[in-house]
Amino acid sequence: MKKALTTAIALTVCAGAWAQGKSAAEGIAEYRKMLEDGNPAELYEAKGEDLWKKKRGPKNASLEQCYLGRGPGVVKGAFVELPRYFADAGKVMDLETRLVHCMQTLQGLDGAEIAKTPFRRGEMANVTALATWVAAESRGMRFNLPQAHEQERLSFEVGKRAFFYRAGTHDFSCASCHAVDGQRIRLQDLPNLTKNPGDGIGFAAWPAYRVSNGQMWSMQLRLNDCYRQQRFPYPGFGSEVTIALGTYMGVNAKGAASIAPAIKR
Amino acid sequence: MKNTRYILAGSGVALATLLAGCATGPSSADLDAMAIKVVKSSFRDQGIAKVDRLNQDATQAACSSGKAPPDAVAQRLQAEALATVKWPTGGQYFGDWVAGEKLAQGGRGMTWTDKSTDPKANGGNCYNCHQIDKKELSYGTIGPSLWNYGKNRGIRDVTSDAAAPIVHYTWAKLWNGTAYAACSQMPRFGHKGLLNEAQIRDLMSLLLDPRSPVNQ
Repeated sequence: MKKALTTAIALTVCAGAWAQGKSAAEGIAEYRKMLEDGNPAELYEAKGEDLWKKKRGPKNASLEQCYLGRGPGVVKGAFVELPRYFADAGKVMDLETRLVHCMQTLQGLDGAEIAKTPFRRGEMANVTALATWVAAESRGMRFNLPQAHEQERLSFEVGKRAFFYRAGTHDFSCASCHAVDGQRIRLQDLPNLTKNPGDGIGFAAWPAYRVSNGQMWSMQLRLNDCYRQQRFPYPGFGSEVTIALGTYMGVNAKGAASIAPAIKR
Repeated sequence: MKNTRYILAGSGVALATLLAGCATGPSSADLDAMAIKVVKSSFRDQGIAKVDRLNQDATQAACSSGKAPPDAVAQRLQAEALATVKWPTGGQYFGDWVAGEKLAQGGRGMTWTDKSTDPKANGGNCYNCHQIDKKELSYGTIGPSLWNYGKNRGIRDVTSDAAAPIVHYTWAKLWNGTAYAACSQMPRFGHKGLLNEAQIRDLMSLLLDPRSPVNQ
């Protein structure tokens, strides 16, 4: 009921913003104000927290010992330092791939199966909820990704190159929309992701609840749909290009305060 | 390791090998090669969007860093692009600006959720980046405003000799915009089969016809 109601409000606000030629940001700001503290992402946060603490999987274990980079089970502050290098996996991982790693190693779930599951279904929906909660635990903290390990620096350099990689039917790259300040597509403001775009903007906003479709979107899904609109083929969940782009955007966002899970058009 | 293998295909191995090889860190060229390898190993076919779309042509490759290519390279790419322009059959440059406006509004086509690569299924995406008819308030700002495009260029009669240079330029710009700017952000609508000749004629009318709402 709450969801149906908020979606209805969202549609009204967005339609209003469009009709009056306001920027999307102004429309969203109004919507946020109307909701006050009622971001529907809270429902996913609560689900994620339950999933973290619940004994599940063939090993009947919780995720409470999951190592997100700051010590086993330490959640606060983890989000604003990801992606980072994990010695136990021998590579750089983002929040979602790390959660899948923990679901496999601690709970005995099949990581490869989860990675193949479409967004919003089955265990993938659980990964999104978990990511939403973990992100929320760092709300207000500032991004500060580690770059001490050479794999982390490589991930950044590869991510930078991937960001500018033009290809496909329309010659688009990430940079086509996200390398200049103050541009828009239609009325949608586009953050410049080649630098710190500001508190709560770009990388510092996802996972986010999208009012236009009533869905909770993780960063992996955000990137997936960017690539769809770039007319690229389909990026694998947790594929190296998505991790590298996360590292690039996360390092660039150094100092930006996280508002994730945000609320978005 | 088995649990994490699904995430990386083959590129992780390349990374490790490269790291072992050079204590001082990889050169910029090494990193370029590594990035291409990472990109190529990260995607799969989905619907009409196949992995061969990742293979860059010379223009895409030259325009894939934050920096513009050297002047000589840009000049050569532009000359090559101009040579690809297919001029309209029978010298017929114009169509219907009403159909052109509809195309300019459309943003669909060529994604993995689209069914067909037939240009007839595609929009022109014009308003995504350009102001065109002032009545449309929802327009993007990546490209310049095209309001009064023909009027500002003094087009009173699209069939006149005086109009010919602008008419030819606009056709080529729509067909393959990299003819005038090697790293133009505008899709190469004709060259890449995104729009057909008839659709480009309709856009020509929208932009240039003195009766089009764009030129009021």
